[in-house]
Amino acid sequence: MTSTAALAGRGRSSPSRARLAKYLRHATGVAVFLLVWELAGRTGLISWLPAASTSLARVAQLAADPAFLADLASTLTAAAVGLPLAVLVAVPVGLLLGTVPVVEEMTRAIVEFLRPIPSVALIPLALFFFQPEINAKVALIVYAASWPILINTLYGVRDVDPVATETLRSFGFGSGAVIWRVSLPSAAPFIFTGVRLAASITLILAISVEYVVGGAGGIGAFLIQASTGIGADAMVDVIATLVWAGLVGLVVNTLLLRAERRLFRWRHA
Amino acid sequence: MIATLVRRLWLVPVLLACWELLARAQASPYLPAPTRIASWMYERWFSGPYVLTEEAVDNFVPSLVRVVGSWSVAVVAGVALGVAIGRVAWLSDYVDPLVEFGRAVPPPAMLPVFLVLFTMGTQVQVATIVFGVVWPILLNSIDGARNVDPLQLETAAVFGVPARLRLLRIILPSASPKIFAGLRLSVSLALILMVISELKGSTDGIGYLLSTASNNADMPGLWAGVVVLGVLGYALNSLFLMAERRVLTWHRGARRTA
Repeated sequence: MTSTAALAGRGRSSPSRARLAKYLRHATGVAVFLLVWELAGRTGLISWLPAASTSLARVAQLAADPAFLADLASTLTAAAVGLPLAVLVAVPVGLLLGTVPVVEEMTRAIVEFLRPIPSVALIPLALFFFQPEINAKVALIVYAASWPILINTLYGVRDVDPVATETLRSFGFGSGAVIWRVSLPSAAPFIFTGVRLAASITLILAISVEYVVGGAGGIGAFLIQASTGIGADAMVDVIATLVWAGLVGLVVNTLLLRAERRLFRWRHA
Repeated sequence: MIATLVRRLWLVPVLLACWELLARAQASPYLPAPTRIASWMYERWFSGPYVLTEEAVDNFVPSLVRVVGSWSVAVVAGVALGVAIGRVAWLSDYVDPLVEFGRAVPPPAMLPVFLVLFTMGTQVQVATIVFGVVWPILLNSIDGARNVDPLQLETAAVFGVPARLRLLRIILPSASPKIFAGLRLSVSLALILMVISELKGSTDGIGYLLSTASNNADMPGLWAGVVVLGVLGYALNSLFLMAERRVLTWHRGARRTA
């Protein structure tokens, strides 16, 4: 307890210094992790694990590897096409279900059954229905990414202040105008949270489809290809690609979180 | 009661009937009629001596054991580690960036590591599921344990409540709403990872059935697999929600009065 009091005291005297200390601890944590990884790899403590330096060198090499970059671009393109399409599908459906209770009630059973189906189970079916594979990939991304957006839109619309909608209605605005001027803006923070959740789902689906298809590009295909290699080299390739996948996830997540905070600052205030 | 049920469910039989008519009219191999899928499922999976056939038992059971077992391991590990990290203020600053990175890795991307290590079999599924779903649990447990009301803990300390009881009676309950939010995400994620890891690195399981059906262009088989996974997903989610409701009743009660 004394330590928390000391921390609070230090924070009060100079917040920037406390922040610097925090960043230092972050950096120390990462450095210790890398050091342990390096030692575990070098000494053969974990026999299959390539050393951190070997793996990170491969991470850097991959940045100049045209085959890898093409695969990375292919995955990101599918995600970047699929996510906006999912927004275009899910937000209007969510607004409809959220504002017209009759429709919500009659479709609820269907939503409740479709939603728990693990989306990757649809990959083989989608590959029969959509050709070439890129279409199947985008179709599955749209399907899977739509759910969190739809559900969050629905919650957001339900959360709208009824006084605001009633006020607009009593001033003679039509229901379209009410949705456009009140429901949509006040549901927007919820919708954006849904989009952020959906973004990580797009990557899950893209990589999974690429695993199943194999030869059709994408970092999933690159990973599967790497994992069929021989011995230690295979592991270096797989781990280096994994680090890239993590970096991509981190960048996407951070950008969306920043955007969310900036766009909806009024809500947190 | 019946009227409500009819009002809520009428669309389901209508859609199934439309699908049936469309499938019969088109006679496309890709779109088998629901009755055809149902009879396929009955013949292959549900006509055994004790309802389930041998094929069903040999594939449903391993999938179920893997997904439930691995999820439980991830829950225990994630909550234990998370609460420990969250309660030790200096420690969380050191591990934060690592946990953030771990969560940012798209979970299926871990699969090839275990394909290289184990090639095939249950180990691949277990490792993929555990390492895939542990992150949201870990992150939420850290967050929940970090934000326990210090006044309650200090009061307990003053009254000499032993550490074990403080953990069980104060820290875990007050972190539980956060922890359950992470668990809810992890249930559906575990199922996704079970399917994809069985599609790529297994010789049994529901995902394996899907991949053989796909290789044989067995369309009713593919649809049947999706139906079974849908039912499994629905069942696991409902069980989880039931448990959550039971554990968190006090929390919702407290929020309502607040």
